[in-house]
Amino acid sequence: MVISKQTRSKIDAVIAKYPQARGALLPALHLVQDEYGHVSKECAVEIAEIFEIRPVEVMEVLTFYNLFFDSPQAKHHVYVCTNLPCSLRGARGLLRQLESQLGIKAPGETSDGRIFLGHEECLGACGYAPMMRVDGQYHEVLDIEKAKRILDSLGE
Amino acid sequence: MLETPYVTNYLTEHFGEEDYPTIEGYERVGGYRAARKALTEMSPDEVIELVKIAGLQGRGGAGFSTGMKWSFMPKDTDRPKYLVCNADESEPGSFKDRILLERGSHQMLEGILIAAWATGASTTFIYIRGEYAYPADQMERAIGEAYAKGYLGENVMGTGFRHDVRVTRGAGAYICGEETGLLESLEGKKGQPRKKPPFPAQYGAFGMPTTVNNVETFSHVPHIVEKGANWFRSFGTEKSPGTTVFGVSGHVVRPGLYELPLGTMLSEIVFEHAGGVPGGRKVKGVIPGGMSMSILPAGQLDVPMANEFLHERKTMLGTGGIIVMDETTCMVRVASVISYFFRDESCGQCTQCREGTGWINKIVDRIERGAGEEEDLEVLLDVAGKMEGQTICAFADAAAWPIQGLLRHFSDDFAEHVRQRKCPFAESFEL
Repeated sequence: MVISKQTRSKIDAVIAKYPQARGALLPALHLVQDEYGHVSKECAVEIAEIFEIRPVEVMEVLTFYNLFFDSPQAKHHVYVCTNLPCSLRGARGLLRQLESQLGIKAPGETSDGRIFLGHEECLGACGYAPMMRVDGQYHEVLDIEKAKRILDSLGE
Repeated sequence: MLETPYVTNYLTEHFGEEDYPTIEGYERVGGYRAARKALTEMSPDEVIELVKIAGLQGRGGAGFSTGMKWSFMPKDTDRPKYLVCNADESEPGSFKDRILLERGSHQMLEGILIAAWATGASTTFIYIRGEYAYPADQMERAIGEAYAKGYLGENVMGTGFRHDVRVTRGAGAYICGEETGLLESLEGKKGQPRKKPPFPAQYGAFGMPTTVNNVETFSHVPHIVEKGANWFRSFGTEKSPGTTVFGVSGHVVRPGLYELPLGTMLSEIVFEHAGGVPGGRKVKGVIPGGMSMSILPAGQLDVPMANEFLHERKTMLGTGGIIVMDETTCMVRVASVISYFFRDESCGQCTQCREGTGWINKIVDRIERGAGEEEDLEVLLDVAGKMEGQTICAFADAAAWPIQGLLRHFSDDFAEHVRQRKCPFAESFEL
């Protein structure tokens, strides 16, 4: 067993809230990823057992959605929205400058595996562009100085 | 935190008040009175009739009559019935549902409760896009408060009516905003849309009769029940009553949210409310209803923001997300951003969409690089035409329309790239 007891009991509690157990599959993947940072093959197999489905069905869901990861991830995730409303307000330039600050090309991560920098599609912040999502948090109405300060404040 | 709308009306008038997202704050300004009225003084059919007469149209993009949708739910059935709140807001240019979830949590819950009474639904699933972490947490808090007060659960407001509300978080897929893609995702599957019929009212979430409504749609309902159909019809146009929360983004002085009656002139929203284009530059084009909708050139902004008028100009109200582009904008770059998005988000189920979105993106990028040929413009229209109306869901239409719109109004931009063999718009936004 790789999934912790606590997470397992949270999964069981979510399953009880749906008319069919399978409805809790996305919530279960969120819970496992919250604990481990990604959903490993071992976890996926165990989730398949919990839901009484085939592992490939779990993998199918896991790989369909952008927010799920099936491999280990950088410590911090930085996504700049580059959809049209943000691009019109300089999001691509911002992304370029963050690339040069970190010395990497997006999508990609720093050599120490600390920061992943990428772009994302519309995040529903079009009136507050440009913006980025850092470790799940929205940062809006950015300029390069503000964005750099946010990157600098990220912990080890 | 989100800014409150620049212009407010009945939906958003209290959004600036700090305690409004709490149940105490909401009840202080009369919250939950409408639900009590519906559950104790009105029959389900009376509620449906009222919403029909009020003329409320869904605010999620398609603009279908809400009362009509509710009336499709089977009445004589032993099967459980469900409501689904579509809070998967992902349409580029649209950011209204986020504030309606964060600040108007109880307003929406009250709308859900009334809709549940009208349709006989036992459970509502609120499907919130995965990136909306704070709105999801806030909704969970609001639901907890409503249970504690007896407004949800086994015996809603002492009436014997039972209703439960659950929050499900998505995981980053635009297609889950399509109602049957959403239902698949809610059931723990890939969000690939279903063939219709059967429609959700017959076979919806977990195979049960289901009605799917958008966040804003639910939020209008308590106001209609409390103040009546005539009051609701005093806003907006004959065919499109009520207000909506317009989101304005792109090249304007004051990007943000504006709650205004449907039928407000697009030019008034862009130039008066949002302050027009900064730096004294001119407008080149405006997408009126989220990125899936066709663009309007600067000369066509004298149009009321309601479907009956926008249809005449071959576009739609959609989600009311208004994206403004100034005169420096390269429309081929715009096409590149749009076509990349649809290529990236196609669920891959239908060939026309999976292949078509890729081809459109490749051809547009070729033109932008200066490597396009004259016949590419026709190929683009040919591919877009073969996607439109040919697939399981409306995603392929949404991918085709903006490209067709750009070619309808700005074909010179495309032709000029081909002629000069480079992008002639040096001042345009960076790609």
